[in-house]
Amino acid sequence: MNRTASTTTDSFDDLRDLYQEVILDHGRHPRHARRLEDFTATAKGDNPMCGDRVQVWLKLDSDSISGVGFEERGCAISIASADLMAETVQGRAKSDTRALFEAFREMARTGSCPSCDAALSEPIERLAPLAGVHEYPSRVKCATLPWHALIAALDGAKEASSE
Amino acid sequence: MNVMTKSAPLDVERIRNDFPILTQTIRGKKLVFLDSAASAQKPRAVIDAMVHAMETQYANVHRGLHWMSERTTEAYESTRDAVATLMNAGDRSEIVFTRNSTEALNLMAHSYGRGVLKRGQAVLISGMEHHSNIVPWQLLRDSHGIELRVAPITDAGELDMAAYEGLLEDGKVGLVAITHMSNVLGTVVPAERVVRIAHAHGAKVLFDGSQAIVHRKIDVRALDCDFYAWTGHKLYGPTGIGVLWGRRELLERMPPFLGGGDMISSVTYEQSTWAAVPHKFEAGTPPILEGIGLKAAIDYVHAIGYDAVAEHEASLTEHALARLAAGQGVRIIGQAQDRGGVISFAMEGAHAHDVATLLDRQGIAVRAGHHCAEPLMSRLNLDSTARASFGIYTTHAEIDPLADGLTRVREFFA
Repeated sequence: MNRTASTTTDSFDDLRDLYQEVILDHGRHPRHARRLEDFTATAKGDNPMCGDRVQVWLKLDSDSISGVGFEERGCAISIASADLMAETVQGRAKSDTRALFEAFREMARTGSCPSCDAALSEPIERLAPLAGVHEYPSRVKCATLPWHALIAALDGAKEASSE
Repeated sequence: MNVMTKSAPLDVERIRNDFPILTQTIRGKKLVFLDSAASAQKPRAVIDAMVHAMETQYANVHRGLHWMSERTTEAYESTRDAVATLMNAGDRSEIVFTRNSTEALNLMAHSYGRGVLKRGQAVLISGMEHHSNIVPWQLLRDSHGIELRVAPITDAGELDMAAYEGLLEDGKVGLVAITHMSNVLGTVVPAERVVRIAHAHGAKVLFDGSQAIVHRKIDVRALDCDFYAWTGHKLYGPTGIGVLWGRRELLERMPPFLGGGDMISSVTYEQSTWAAVPHKFEAGTPPILEGIGLKAAIDYVHAIGYDAVAEHEASLTEHALARLAAGQGVRIIGQAQDRGGVISFAMEGAHAHDVATLLDRQGIAVRAGHHCAEPLMSRLNLDSTARASFGIYTTHAEIDPLADGLTRVREFFA
């Protein structure tokens, strides 16, 4: 067994099921964490149970999302989720985005999305590193909070309604 | 603290054997339970007392004329005597059972606030209260024209005594409602001084003792306070039962809180009259089994002795503060001189929720969040902290995995 080689990389094995490298990376260095100057819709979300707060800014064209930015005060999971969300919905049609939200929410709650149709398989694959939250019921909301704010902004609401 | 303790030192290994849950493993690791300030685990004596009552003598209390009801009433009412002894209350009728501290504080806001305080008077709380000692007073303020004042805390997390006294000086404060020990900072307030100053300015004092009663002997006559609220589940008892102690003459001046059975003397459609205290405040079937469980918990703590409890927790806290302070990147929130076994901390570069989840992966249970104290969090410029809290079953050997676990978390996020 090649234990020596794996020791350094695997010494945090027990911590990685939820905190995969992509989550740590996006949590630490989010690419879309900024207020959009030319936004056309914005909404806030907050989780009163833990104090996490997010605001999402959107630039909307007639039927698609052409720009996404966010500000998040929260944990690594919520920041990474907001950043992966922004990356995934940029340029996407509004109706596709709503379908993707439903699929993502199912994945966050159950760990998979058997009802996802083929059209969603590529974006869901990108969001898959967050599927691990389903094992931590108290953390599911961390991953879904930015999505609730996104949908609220699409709906023209100022605040996401709590789950 | 008093080092000349009379009782025997606490035998933590024997105590651990009394708590069945402590043999559990979490994610394949031995449980390290450092969240007792949220709710404590239960000793076998409490579990057995409740099961025994259900298996051998259960019936409703105060109304049955049969053997079962009489035995259950005796058992339930003996808890009132145990609580009176525990708090050194002068009279068992000064012990009001509630659902928890929150209900005791709401009872006070509703009954003392609306029935005794007058419009234009003020209630003074501190800057380190739990939401349960903020929101009931806001409701009172908005419905009854009572001013709500907040005594600030210092940067060390202690009550600012000069500011506290200043807020009492105009004589408008009718009631000081203040925590005896912060659930976030571990700070123990100088209760005797708080009472002396309040009384000198004509205000009564209500302590929220939810945390304090777990860690220290509470003697309401020595404190000279007027009301004292606490909850059973933090003192190794069951959920669903709390206590409000109040001076009898004050309780008698207060109108009822909830109406219903058990709290009346007589009822007609035109008018009802109230039962004597404490029953005036205890409408409906009370938490019977919870009361019986609480008696067992009080007996259990008495057998160990508060001197031993306090000494054990002081030693654990000192060890934990030293171990955590030695770890890089961990900041202890609150540096009160007088403190109990509750330690909040923040880690540079890692959010408290991530810290808590990553400690949980290592079998270590801590709390993370705003701890139901959002105004205190804003005062500290924090969104959340992680919090480790200790009980009679906590060992020094459990502090080390916490410190090592935090080092791993920091390296993981580095």
